[in-house]
Amino acid sequence: MWQTLSLFAPELLLAFFASQLLTYGAFAKKDVSVGARYFAVALLVAFALIGFVMGKPTGEAFKGLLIVDDYSYYVKAIIGLSAAAALLLSKSYFQSEKLDRFEFSVLTLYAVLGMSIMASANNLLSMYIGIEMQSLALYVLAAFNRDSLRASEAGLKYFVLGALSSGLLLYGASMIYGFTGSLDFATIAASIKEQGPTTGIVAGMVFLLCGLGFKISAAPFHMWTPDVYEGAPTPVTGFFAVAPKLAAIALIGRILIGPLGEITSQWQQVIIVMSVLSMFVGAIGALVQSNIKRLMAYSSIANMGYALVPLAAGTVAGIKGMLIFMTIYVITVIGVFAVILQMRIRNGMVEQISDLSGLSKTNRPLAIVMTILMFSLMGIPPLLGFFGKLFAFLPAFEAGLIPLAILALIASVISAFYYLRVIKVMWMDEAENEFVTAPRAVRVILLISALIVFPVLLLPFFAIPAQSLISQAALALF
Amino acid sequence: MLVAISFYLLAFVAIAAAFMVVAARNPVHSVMWLILTFFSAAGLFILMGAEFLALLLVMVYVGAVAVLFLFVVMMLDVDFVELKQGFLSYLPIGGLVAIILLVEMILVGATYFTGANAKTVVDRSDESNIEAFGRVLYTDYAGVFEAAGFVLLVAMIGAIVLTLRDREGVRKQNAMDQMARTREDGVELVDIEPGQGVG
Repeated sequence: MWQTLSLFAPELLLAFFASQLLTYGAFAKKDVSVGARYFAVALLVAFALIGFVMGKPTGEAFKGLLIVDDYSYYVKAIIGLSAAAALLLSKSYFQSEKLDRFEFSVLTLYAVLGMSIMASANNLLSMYIGIEMQSLALYVLAAFNRDSLRASEAGLKYFVLGALSSGLLLYGASMIYGFTGSLDFATIAASIKEQGPTTGIVAGMVFLLCGLGFKISAAPFHMWTPDVYEGAPTPVTGFFAVAPKLAAIALIGRILIGPLGEITSQWQQVIIVMSVLSMFVGAIGALVQSNIKRLMAYSSIANMGYALVPLAAGTVAGIKGMLIFMTIYVITVIGVFAVILQMRIRNGMVEQISDLSGLSKTNRPLAIVMTILMFSLMGIPPLLGFFGKLFAFLPAFEAGLIPLAILALIASVISAFYYLRVIKVMWMDEAENEFVTAPRAVRVILLISALIVFPVLLLPFFAIPAQSLISQAALALF
Repeated sequence: MLVAISFYLLAFVAIAAAFMVVAARNPVHSVMWLILTFFSAAGLFILMGAEFLALLLVMVYVGAVAVLFLFVVMMLDVDFVELKQGFLSYLPIGGLVAIILLVEMILVGATYFTGANAKTVVDRSDESNIEAFGRVLYTDYAGVFEAAGFVLLVAMIGAIVLTLRDREGVRKQNAMDQMARTREDGVELVDIEPGQGVG
């Protein structure tokens, strides 16, 4: 009993206090959105760290429905911290747009609860419940600005396509259930080992990966991404770009290594196709974008393609590379969205790339930080983004997937163009308008993100413990 | 004997009612026939010993889906007479789809009865369906059962967030105020002289 509860502590903490917050907000006489946000941020930090404080007890909870290991602890920590950062970033935006309501914090908490279940899913049922809990909350968050036509369209589009992908996922899951006779990951793995890759299992696996590919917006399931990213409120877009992606790709990693571990040669093809398509759709699609949120949408599609490269290797180094790449991606993207949220002129928010023109003259610190982040996304050597790509592409080389790694390098070069274009607009073009000063919380998060990305300052203190943490997490799957 | 009679009765009613769903002129009658079809199908499930599915069918389809249909049919001003014009011209393509569906169902049934490789996972012939479901739902799957509750809660919050509007100046009923009201607050007795009026 107590053992199960201690394993389940992060989720329990989140579910209990999120419900408390909901009840309090519903019955409070006045607007409690500001307090709710700080409470939610504190709760998310506690959620991220409680496992480490309790000494990381590992095992299976709820009769094997959930598995708790180093992998799930690491993923939950990054999800919790990035969600907390996204919530903090959202404060000034929602207040100035007069959208602030306490439900935003509550829905974010429930979305994180769903992601947390996804991170430790050990059964097709808990996997599906986690995905649905996360997705339902995200659909609502996308349409949170309900008076805006674009936000409503984004929410509806996301909902309809999300429902379709859930259908694909369930279809695949039901086929795997039918042909292996179990929902439990370990039993599925044993059954697949016994009977080999039969047609039914392979078909189920393909459908399952299609449904999950939608959640990480891997091509050819990426169509919703640009519209949803553009239409949703900017802080929500920032949240979409980090936490759900990490949760879904962590789940893919667990499924590929766990239940499907015996048929590596089968899923490898699917992952390679999704990876190559995503990299090129992301790289080429972003070339013609003029809206920075759409640009970030294509950038996230491309980055998911890179994150699938190490997964295709299916080795310990591959999982480790994926986790390192995703961690660095999350940190960088939070920084980029902290910049986008500062793009405010006197009349309101702007989101065209051309609005950044002449930033080096009007706001030089912001321009420098944005340049660092863009170089990091490109993967220029002294910055952290380079190490992300290094650790992501190396396992593919080692596993003999040399064409895949070379294609990834080519896509990186193509995508460098549009990151460079942002830099060029900031440094070479004439200034048009000046941004108003951003609130302190946004600037602090931006500074943290930039400092981490600029590794000369912090790398020695962080790299070694983080490396060992990620190695442990990756080993936990095998 | 009784089982056979019940089966043929329910099966006949199901088919006849399903036919009437398509044939009825009044859309509200169509929905009523649909409900009858669901009930007959639920009866067939009970005959097969699947009482859980039968209850589910009644609760979900009759209780929720059909009532929803009824609301939609009654609230939307759809001209069904116009909609049904040219009904017969769809017969060839509709008939083709129906035949394909029939062949597929026969194939599925045939493979099932000839023993394909799909596995029966749970065999609990000693207890009823509902008992078996309850046994695993509240023990082995208690975790996801609770989590599913949270999923529904999220859906509820979402619906409220997206639709509820607190408008200014709306008069709301306040039960406490109503109960605290006394006769002295609410009633004023005026003595009116005959022929004078209230003034």
